[in-house]
Amino acid sequence: MGAVVDTLRLTAEDAKGLLERGEVSGAELREAYRGAIAERDGELHCFLRTVDDAGGGGVPIALKDVISTKGVETTAGSKILSGYVPVFDSTVAARVKAAGLPLLGKTNTDEFAMGSSTENSAFGPTRNPWDPERVPGGSGGGSSAAVTAGMTPWALGSDTGGSIKQPSALCGNVGLRPTYGTVSRYGIVAFASSLDQVGPIAKTVRDAALLYSIIAGRDPCDSTTAELPEAVRLPEGDSLEGVRIGVPKELNEAEGIEPGVAEAVGRALALAEELGADVAECSLPRSVRYGMPCYYLIAPAEASSNLARYDGVRYGPRTDGASYQEMVDRTRDDGFGDEPKRRIMLGTYALSAGYYDAFYGQAQRVRTLIIREHREAFERFDVLACPTSPTVAFRIGERAADPLAMYASDLLTIPSCLAGLPGLSIPCGLSEGLPVGLQLIGPQFGENMLFRAGHVLETALAFDTVPVRWRS
Amino acid sequence: MTWEPVIGLEIHVQLKTRTKMFCRCPVGFGARENTQTCPVCLAFPGALPVINRAAVEWTILLGLALGCDIAGHAVFSRKNYFYYDNPKGYQISQYDLPFCTNGKVLVPSDAGEREIGIVRAHLEEDAAKTVHVGGRAGRSQGADYSLVDFNRGGTPLVEIVTAPDIRAAEDAKRFLQLLRQTIVELGISDAEMEKGTLRVDANVSVRPAGSGELRTRTEIKNMNSFNYIARGIEAEVERQIAVWESGGAVQQETFDFDAASGTLSPRRAKEEADDYRYFPEPDLVPVEPSSELVERLRSELPELPAERIRRLERELDLERATVLVAGGLDRLWEETFAAGAEKVAAANVIANNLVGAGVDPGSVPAAELAKLVEARDRIPRAAFDEAIASLGDSDFSADPYLAQEAVSDTAALEPIVEAILAANPGQVTAFRNGKEGLLGFFVGQVMKETQGKANPRVVSELVRSKLA
Repeated sequence: MGAVVDTLRLTAEDAKGLLERGEVSGAELREAYRGAIAERDGELHCFLRTVDDAGGGGVPIALKDVISTKGVETTAGSKILSGYVPVFDSTVAARVKAAGLPLLGKTNTDEFAMGSSTENSAFGPTRNPWDPERVPGGSGGGSSAAVTAGMTPWALGSDTGGSIKQPSALCGNVGLRPTYGTVSRYGIVAFASSLDQVGPIAKTVRDAALLYSIIAGRDPCDSTTAELPEAVRLPEGDSLEGVRIGVPKELNEAEGIEPGVAEAVGRALALAEELGADVAECSLPRSVRYGMPCYYLIAPAEASSNLARYDGVRYGPRTDGASYQEMVDRTRDDGFGDEPKRRIMLGTYALSAGYYDAFYGQAQRVRTLIIREHREAFERFDVLACPTSPTVAFRIGERAADPLAMYASDLLTIPSCLAGLPGLSIPCGLSEGLPVGLQLIGPQFGENMLFRAGHVLETALAFDTVPVRWRS
Repeated sequence: MTWEPVIGLEIHVQLKTRTKMFCRCPVGFGARENTQTCPVCLAFPGALPVINRAAVEWTILLGLALGCDIAGHAVFSRKNYFYYDNPKGYQISQYDLPFCTNGKVLVPSDAGEREIGIVRAHLEEDAAKTVHVGGRAGRSQGADYSLVDFNRGGTPLVEIVTAPDIRAAEDAKRFLQLLRQTIVELGISDAEMEKGTLRVDANVSVRPAGSGELRTRTEIKNMNSFNYIARGIEAEVERQIAVWESGGAVQQETFDFDAASGTLSPRRAKEEADDYRYFPEPDLVPVEPSSELVERLRSELPELPAERIRRLERELDLERATVLVAGGLDRLWEETFAAGAEKVAAANVIANNLVGAGVDPGSVPAAELAKLVEARDRIPRAAFDEAIASLGDSDFSADPYLAQEAVSDTAALEPIVEAILAANPGQVTAFRNGKEGLLGFFVGQVMKETQGKANPRVVSELVRSKLA
């Protein structure tokens, strides 16, 4: 008989131990998570579909629905891909499969990962496990909420401007957006190619590091990937001695940061100092001031091109028309929701003749400045710290009608995304009874430093990742 | 007023790499429709391109052959447009940073050498092939439905753009002949127009001779042979001259050349200007060819056709030299010449008899060919033709054919000649009235009578003396 598994508390590392010691079988473990899904997903709607995958005897996993899975429908949260079943595995899906991790299911996402609340999914919103009246963040709200709700020990998400880090902050778990180019994008339904990055969501930093070690590394199918300069180290220890933490003024004092969020982050930084870190203020003026407009030119521009392939010709639903042009127009009009349409229009405009230099071209030049500004900061610091999200989880519907308010959710995550840098969000306390995320930003390939700092802080903070309403 | 044509060419060459430009699907003809495809060339969600290195090297090689500068930093860009032969909604091409720029080609012509500038040569992927069914044949407008074959989609394609330096349709043809031969000899493409592995569009305008202005140009597409290109350009030049001379103005438009009628038909005008929204392809990283690579490729360049024409021109006229080089026949000619054959006779035999017999020039022993050229008037015509046709055989020897002497004995031939002349009094009168071309007719009749055994030179002299 297997041990009783409390999926709300079990870490992936613990689960791995149970399997290795034979205390629980792979089937029993999967059954425990399937039970949790059956119990809680009716309320939360984290999964777009579950699968009964008996392959691999490892710790099961859930994948965001932008990650292509051979033989398993992959919709990216969009009607235009409903019924689309990939004939190939994305590289990350193949790697978790090769590592023996069975698939529990595909998780909900804002359509084409465009959003910060998972409300833009064509298949209905996901709810926050801490308060079902609130959003789980987005776009990867499904993966994040599923981890917090014990429906999966860990999951993969994708992050373009904050879609891993921000939902992790809002759901009170650990999310890593890796250095651009360390994880293959092959088979990831593209949003903005120069920004998209797959990463792990887990309950602990060690789990996130373990999952990152499985998926990271050069992929010959993705020309933008690179070999890791050093192997992933599972973090240990309890000291931050010698770690230099920079606190960018603009990322910690930005308009819209809730006092409760600033307080929780401030306490975590004070704790870091007690643990031996050198904490000092620094500045990233241009990154914060121009990050958002720069992002909202580059990401929609690339999206307008990446989404052009959805024409109803080769896959996905088709709405007929009298001509090819009419068929494409109708298919796209019916298939895309408002947010992709908005971004396709924005991006098309930004790339148009006569506007390219003023918009897309200018944004690329600003991006170069942002990269340089971050590089200079990392000459003095090992890690930069700030809130992940300016606010705790907001109410469903609260920002749905106001795209700019929604876009502001990513104000603090966007600059480092533009710079291609890794960012780790760990829970650092509660505000108004909801989790607050601390964002740790590292230099290029600085994941091991983030894991170390994150692990030490996480241990000292002793945040309880189980939502209050489910604690017994 | 005399008018001067201003012609620029845009040439697409499909490379015969083993695999496609951005995926590992095989490149090739004849496979069943849509079997040489994969998630990348069908643009499935999440599929990513990977650059074919061989295609990059071949593009650089071609660029070097065209005298281009090779970029140290080249970038692929997306050209965005919707069409069913373009599954991603964008074609991966090159925009502001192509591999090859600023080249020039010297084309031998009757008026000396013409320099034709090469603006750029860049690498891109080919579109899929479409077949329109129903409606007006071959057109998408009004078709009942269209079929798309993605086997061709993603084939490496080099686009070469010339400067508007060409001043005559014949020069355009000659340039293309040499370009084609260069490409074939580099081994990077079969460059066959009828198969579509070589495609040419021409931009044409005219201006008063001697003026430096550039007037409105038109584009001609769908010309699938070098002769059609020359005819298409000539037709368009004449049309434009007529428009200007009648007080009108040439409008910017695109024509299809219809080979059957030799006429140009305008394509439906676009309602709005193209805006391809180019931007650097974020799924790929820039390509930076090393100087070692470029120098290695430069060292692999064979002697180019234009240089060889110049060399051959020391012995032959331009036309013969061009025919030999553009046909890939010049090496055989040089060997045959070196083996002692008379140069013009050798050129004629190679360009006419050998090509006519369909013999692969690469398999011909030049020394044996030289013997045949030398003996061509001495041996019976039938024996000569048979020998030429057999030149490609592995153990060919000219000796048995040389042993068959043609009948050169005037005493034996004279009665036959007289009989032929007597039987054709009308032609005899016509010849005496100046229609000298009939000489061939009389000689042919005698050859027929002797079953090809007569020496045609002797016969021809006999006929002349009888009719003098």
